[in-house]
Amino acid sequence: MITIDAKDMHYKELNKIIRENIASGIKNFFLENVNGQYYIGDGIKGDDITITVNGVPGNDLGVFMDGPSIIVNNNVQDNVGNTMNAGKITIKGDAGDVVGYGMRGGRIYIRGNAGYRIGIHMKGYNTQIPVIIIGGKVGSFFGEYMAGGVMVLLGLNNSEELAGEYFGVGMHGGTIYLKKKIDFSKYSKEVEFLEANDEDMIFLKKYLIEYANDFNLQAEDLINGPFYKIVPSSARPYAHLYTSSAL
Amino acid sequence: MLRLKNNFSIEHDTAGCGLCGIINIRKIRTNGEDIKKAIALEHDRGNGLGGGFAVYGCYPEYADLYAFHVMYDDLAAKHDTEEYFKNNFIIEKQESIPVFKTSKINDHPILHRYFMKPKSDREDRLLHDLGDDDFVVSSVMLINSEYDGAYVFSSGKNMGAFKGVGYPEDIADFYMLDNVEGYMWTAHNRFPTNTPGWWGGAHPFTLLDWSIVHNGEISSYGINKRYLEMFKYNLALKTDTEVIAYILDLLIRKHRLPVELAMNVLAAPFYHTIEKMEPKQKELYNALRQIYGSALLNGPFAIIFGYPDGMIALNDRIKLRPLVAGTKGDFTYIASEESSIREVCSSPDIVWSPKAGEPIIIKTINTENISQKQRLIIS
Repeated sequence: MITIDAKDMHYKELNKIIRENIASGIKNFFLENVNGQYYIGDGIKGDDITITVNGVPGNDLGVFMDGPSIIVNNNVQDNVGNTMNAGKITIKGDAGDVVGYGMRGGRIYIRGNAGYRIGIHMKGYNTQIPVIIIGGKVGSFFGEYMAGGVMVLLGLNNSEELAGEYFGVGMHGGTIYLKKKIDFSKYSKEVEFLEANDEDMIFLKKYLIEYANDFNLQAEDLINGPFYKIVPSSARPYAHLYTSSAL
Repeated sequence: MLRLKNNFSIEHDTAGCGLCGIINIRKIRTNGEDIKKAIALEHDRGNGLGGGFAVYGCYPEYADLYAFHVMYDDLAAKHDTEEYFKNNFIIEKQESIPVFKTSKINDHPILHRYFMKPKSDREDRLLHDLGDDDFVVSSVMLINSEYDGAYVFSSGKNMGAFKGVGYPEDIADFYMLDNVEGYMWTAHNRFPTNTPGWWGGAHPFTLLDWSIVHNGEISSYGINKRYLEMFKYNLALKTDTEVIAYILDLLIRKHRLPVELAMNVLAAPFYHTIEKMEPKQKELYNALRQIYGSALLNGPFAIIFGYPDGMIALNDRIKLRPLVAGTKGDFTYIASEESSIREVCSSPDIVWSPKAGEPIIIKTINTENISQKQRLIIS
């Protein structure tokens, strides 16, 4: 275990210290006084590594990360889990814009709200299924160009507006689950709205129990349905954007 | 020799920059240390080719005079420009802008400031009957476009811009902003991507009491420029941010639009959003879009607009640039990154992000009015 005081430390130095300590066998990191350092956990590997962050980390937290866990006890900024491949990021506060950009595996659990373009261009393949769960509400362009993976929007804070405009615009793969209905006018033309079935609930249950444990919530409250399911109506929504369908 | 004039034939300027703003709504003045700390945290958002600050409430002893901050290439440019000033303005005081030579800002133009008001019998009175504000605007346009090697970068009352080529924290040291006090500060860290960084191209851009710091790019620059030229604005700086300052001068000062509506011109609601509004609102927003279509800003942007009564933060309509706000008591902080706010205010009361196209407007409390009201109650 190692505690690093990140006060006034540049991100290059902080990430260098983390990498050197991983190389020398350290598994557990506590970063204190973090404020704005970019790229924390950039590209690190190892399923048994845990980094606890106290303070607000900078943009691109966990970018390209491949296995480790990051726990943030505060808010986070933009681009969390950018192109992340495996591992887990747990955020006790709110998240900024563009969470999980191009994410291809692993989990991001957010207790609070998240900003615009959450899950933009997420992708999945066979058993590689990235999962993002948001406890609060989100901004516009949720699941924009989503190509795979799963997002769950819980709306636990009883806010009136669960999501912004352009919900699932350009979505052509993956699944979004909602615990509450949203205004139908917000959905993009490219998605379909269904009720979650038993199979969906079996899949969701293990993630929701883990989410509840991470944030000291009652798992039963989260699992109790109904859940709604948003899927793309086509795998190629723009196939005829520049050509007529007759061609 | 450093040359001020931007002779590059480039249509617009873009930047992936950092922004900060701090305002005390009771107009309590603080020095430049906090804003420097806040923008310094965003050091990596810029590349050393532009940094700057706007401060409001910094010249209370000359509050009725226009404070001109001018950059000169050489003494000849200074001489010519001062000739114009002497003929047209009553200059109450003039001096070099105090600077501290640091190794980080080693090449700079001549920096001079003038506290003055237009003469009542000035040269142009034979032809025009411009008000003082209009005359100051036309003087700024004239000098910036016609006077070689001279550039007015601040022309408001009881406010000033301090900017140049360098990282903002170095620019703050260069202008010794720890000795300057104001109730509102904005700051900018520049990462120019389409035009070279030059002294006049640093943010904030100001005109009269308006100041703008901007992160993003204005794709509609061409149409905005042509629109402004119809109202005699001269866009001499070949940078996109300049149009925002002039559009707001036109809308707020000349056309007397409330600042809230002016923001709705810059980032107009989409027609499908207007369609859902109540009939009266629908009529208003449709009219604004029709009348001011050419003042609409397209492209990704986050801006902080400073004016004597407050500070406004605004995103483009689909939020393509970051913007975060936080408050603590009488202070409100705006920044590109939350950590920037926490650097100077570790535990804000609330932290939030504005929605796309919806301005955050923080107005100062008119303390004089409050005390008057209290007096009425007492009597």
